[in-house]
Amino acid sequence: MMRLALRLLRRDWRSGELRVLLAALLIAVTCVTAVAFFTDRIGQALGRQAGELLGADLRLLADHPLPPAWRARAAALGLRDAEFRAFRSMVMAGEAARLAEIKAAGPGYPLRGRLLTAPAPFAASRERAGPPPRGEAWVEPLLLQQLGLAVGDDIAVGEVSLRIGAVLSGEPDRSGAMFSIAPRLLMNLADLPASGLEQEGSRMQYALLLAGPAEAVARFRAAMRDRLGAGERMEGVRDARPEVRSALQRAQRFLGLAAVVGVVLACVAIAMAARRFARRHLDSCAVLRCLGARQGQINRLFLWQLSLLGLLAGAIGSLLGFAAQGVLAALLGPLFVVSLPPASPMPALMGLAVALGGLLGFALPPVMQLKSVPTLRVLRRELGGLRPASAGSYLLGLAALAALVAWQAGDMPLALSMIAGIAATALVLWLGATLLVRLLRRLPRRGQVAWRFGLANLSRRPAASVAQVMAFGLGLMVLLLLGVVRDDLLDAWAGRLPADAPNRFVINIQPDQLAGVQAFFRDTGLPEAEFHPMVRARLVAIEGKPVSAAGYRDERAQNLVEREFNLSWATQLQIDNKIVAGRWWQVDAQGQVADAAQFSVEEGIARTLGIGLGDRLSYDIAGQTVTAPVTSLRSVQWDSFRANFFVLSPPGLLQDYPASYITSFFLDPQRAARLDALVKRFPNLTVIDVSALMNQIRGIIERVVLAVEYVFLFTLAAGLTVLYAAIQSSLDERLRENAVLRALGTRRSRLWQSLASEFVTLGALAGLLAAALASVLGYVLSTQVLELEYTVNFWLWLLGPLLGGLGVGLAGLLGTRRVVSSPPLVVLRQG
Amino acid sequence: MSESLSEPVLKVEGLGKAVPSLSAGGGDGELVILADISLSIAAGESVAITGPSGSGKSTLLGLLAGLDDPCQGRVLLGGVDLGALGEDDRASLRAEKLGFVFQSFQLLPMLTALENVMLPLELAGRGDARRRAAEVLARVGLGERLQHTPLQLSGGEQQRVAIARAFAVGPSLLLADEPTGNLDPHTGERVIQLLFDLNREQGTTLVLVTHDRELAARCGRVLSLRDGRLVAAA
Repeated sequence: MMRLALRLLRRDWRSGELRVLLAALLIAVTCVTAVAFFTDRIGQALGRQAGELLGADLRLLADHPLPPAWRARAAALGLRDAEFRAFRSMVMAGEAARLAEIKAAGPGYPLRGRLLTAPAPFAASRERAGPPPRGEAWVEPLLLQQLGLAVGDDIAVGEVSLRIGAVLSGEPDRSGAMFSIAPRLLMNLADLPASGLEQEGSRMQYALLLAGPAEAVARFRAAMRDRLGAGERMEGVRDARPEVRSALQRAQRFLGLAAVVGVVLACVAIAMAARRFARRHLDSCAVLRCLGARQGQINRLFLWQLSLLGLLAGAIGSLLGFAAQGVLAALLGPLFVVSLPPASPMPALMGLAVALGGLLGFALPPVMQLKSVPTLRVLRRELGGLRPASAGSYLLGLAALAALVAWQAGDMPLALSMIAGIAATALVLWLGATLLVRLLRRLPRRGQVAWRFGLANLSRRPAASVAQVMAFGLGLMVLLLLGVVRDDLLDAWAGRLPADAPNRFVINIQPDQLAGVQAFFRDTGLPEAEFHPMVRARLVAIEGKPVSAAGYRDERAQNLVEREFNLSWATQLQIDNKIVAGRWWQVDAQGQVADAAQFSVEEGIARTLGIGLGDRLSYDIAGQTVTAPVTSLRSVQWDSFRANFFVLSPPGLLQDYPASYITSFFLDPQRAARLDALVKRFPNLTVIDVSALMNQIRGIIERVVLAVEYVFLFTLAAGLTVLYAAIQSSLDERLRENAVLRALGTRRSRLWQSLASEFVTLGALAGLLAAALASVLGYVLSTQVLELEYTVNFWLWLLGPLLGGLGVGLAGLLGTRRVVSSPPLVVLRQG
Repeated sequence: MSESLSEPVLKVEGLGKAVPSLSAGGGDGELVILADISLSIAAGESVAITGPSGSGKSTLLGLLAGLDDPCQGRVLLGGVDLGALGEDDRASLRAEKLGFVFQSFQLLPMLTALENVMLPLELAGRGDARRRAAEVLARVGLGERLQHTPLQLSGGEQQRVAIARAFAVGPSLLLADEPTGNLDPHTGERVIQLLFDLNREQGTTLVLVTHDRELAARCGRVLSLRDGRLVAAA
């Protein structure tokens, strides 16, 4: 039976519907596995053995110098250790200064993973046994490019000058682009004191790396768990990189769900193609029954055929998915991690499951009707047509799709809202498409014969027309959203910023440098700027109750509680701030605030941390506790790019504590070099180029959008297979009709025109629907989420129908060329 | 040949078939297609069923093959009452004992000539399907065209493939429904000759439905149907 099934499968290949079936399956499998292979690689990178991601088996991080007891304890347990300090600072070459993420590493670094350098950017790398020797720095290519340097040149880090010994090409514990704002400079820890950059108020991360036998690591870990103080953190191999992990999870969900949209459309194509397959096999099955085949045999015959097809599609689709993931990896991989391991074969299993699930769920129902074809059909053709498809028969398939959604979404509420979203979109698309096709029927039948014929064809097969308009509408809508609406929104957002919005931040100005920096600003004609004090503090209690990260479920809240953040003092409320609850402090005639013990808190962070008006907040500042009530909540317009603070107090409360100053201002890009002179004079200052940062964010958005567009290409391809399946399902009928028309003397050009008008209209309708939906979504996004004014883009309404008409028209004509090119006699003979 | 002595291959007793119809009067009437048909066909006989269009010829043939259920009466095939069998048992019986030739050939379009002839052999679980199918095709003169699909064959050739398929399993009864209906007279003649030759060689009983008088005349016996009743048994 299997041999017969195989033979039938091979022979059936010649007829089109198997090809559509296979194409739809391949698309479903390819898009799901492409995403799965890609996320698998990043997942593997995160789960890599031997703690490569940490550069150690265990890592202790602190925002203050490491207690010497830690090392002693580790040494007592026989663990190897290494140490580094990481911070951001300006580095200089000649007159130019750029921000760098600096890591000063001690001997032994890294304990796990490979440190790679190259003699020149993009040259072959070799592995290095430890950090750069004293007096030397290894830097990422971007920094060389920014400063116009080459290997062998000197670079100044604070007050120390280092020779660039090599290009840094691989670092085990380096995150991807999404998590770093500047290129890396790796130097020897012993050179750090000479730089003068390690000082009060500088945000430096102190890390202790440990490695050794698993049992010793576990004992160290257990012993330290309860001894960690504020600002101290321990990371093992499993909990490394929480920020990358959660970003990966989000990406996985998002891309996975985007892939599901393609799968849903592919399933529509599968169901359509399978129906035609079944219809074309009615006669064969009747003959088989007549020749003595039992129902069970016919069942098995088609089950074998479908299973073989499923295995084939699963295997080929997974291979295609594997190839396709390379694009995703190239686009998104660098955002997560620096280097990706090869993919594991596991996602192929998922591809197989998708193929078999799609077939059994959507192809089986019509095909299984074949077993009950009345044998008498061999004598009377009109007997035993296919029963119309009922939603019930596809219940299994719909359940399988729901399971796929749930699996990709990862949690139930998201899955449910996704399913509801798909259902709602389908409903809206269906309503829109039905309306358009109905309107088409009402259209007065005038004009050229070919045109009338084409339109008549559309309304003669309303169900198929509606399905096609829906499929294309969806695909085009996504393209329009990503291609047009996204740019509109970004432009609207950028346009809201005043042209002179601050584009430079200078931070880390020490109190004793303040007068000098202000004088420098005046002397060099830099814009007049406000300097805000910053006091580093850690929230320790709200209303006397101690706060800890464990007390919050929200990831952002946990981060906020764990870190030190910057308090500031002010007398007047900044113009981009508004009081939303309570009152700003009273300032007397001398410009003094009598009651210094009060805080004003930004409303967003108050909500996140559960702080209410009147709550008494306790902060730990340099070992001392400062407590005061919250007397006002503020809203802050963050995207004004001015220096703003979550928590403010009157000057009296904080001004005796160690502070550094920050300023923000607009600098004409042509005068940017003046800041290099500033950094040259005050090497500890950090200048943040907001426009560069914005460009980086834009770059990340571009990559993400490209990746999403890439995944939605599969959706579009699935939409095309729906078109092909629909064309195929009407192909026999069309062939016969057109053969008769041609036999009656209709010119071929007229038939072409009629087909073209049919498909172009179909595509234009889909484009119209897509433009409408994209506008509505754009409106909702801009007014509800981004709080921007939305102006409908006229291009949407032009581009949608145009793209749809051209694309679908071309595809439709290609799909039906046989209708016009087959000699009428051949068609009529096949009757 | 002493036909009267043989066990009947096919025996029909009081067969009747009617379908519900919406009569002109608006009531749910019944359209009688066949009424009170009784006949007996012995092994090796060749019988033609003739009659004008709509006389019930094809319906009778369908009932004889167990493709449809009668309203009254019964059909005994090799002594087995078809009405007492389920669908699948009837299918097995067909696989074993019956061959079919249709007016419209009914070859599976995606399979080659050889594969079409192999089908019933494979369904019957014959291990030598390929060899046997090739033999029979050679016998019908298509030994050179084994790998052609139906579309690449002429009508006469297609019907020869169908005949090869019908004879491949060595059936005891061969049913043919207007076997020359779609063929020109010359080609039809060759097909008929082949049908009778094989019938003689294999000792198969032949029942064919036709309104071709010439063809009917070549059969040992002619049954005439009119308005669902047998009017003469020559």
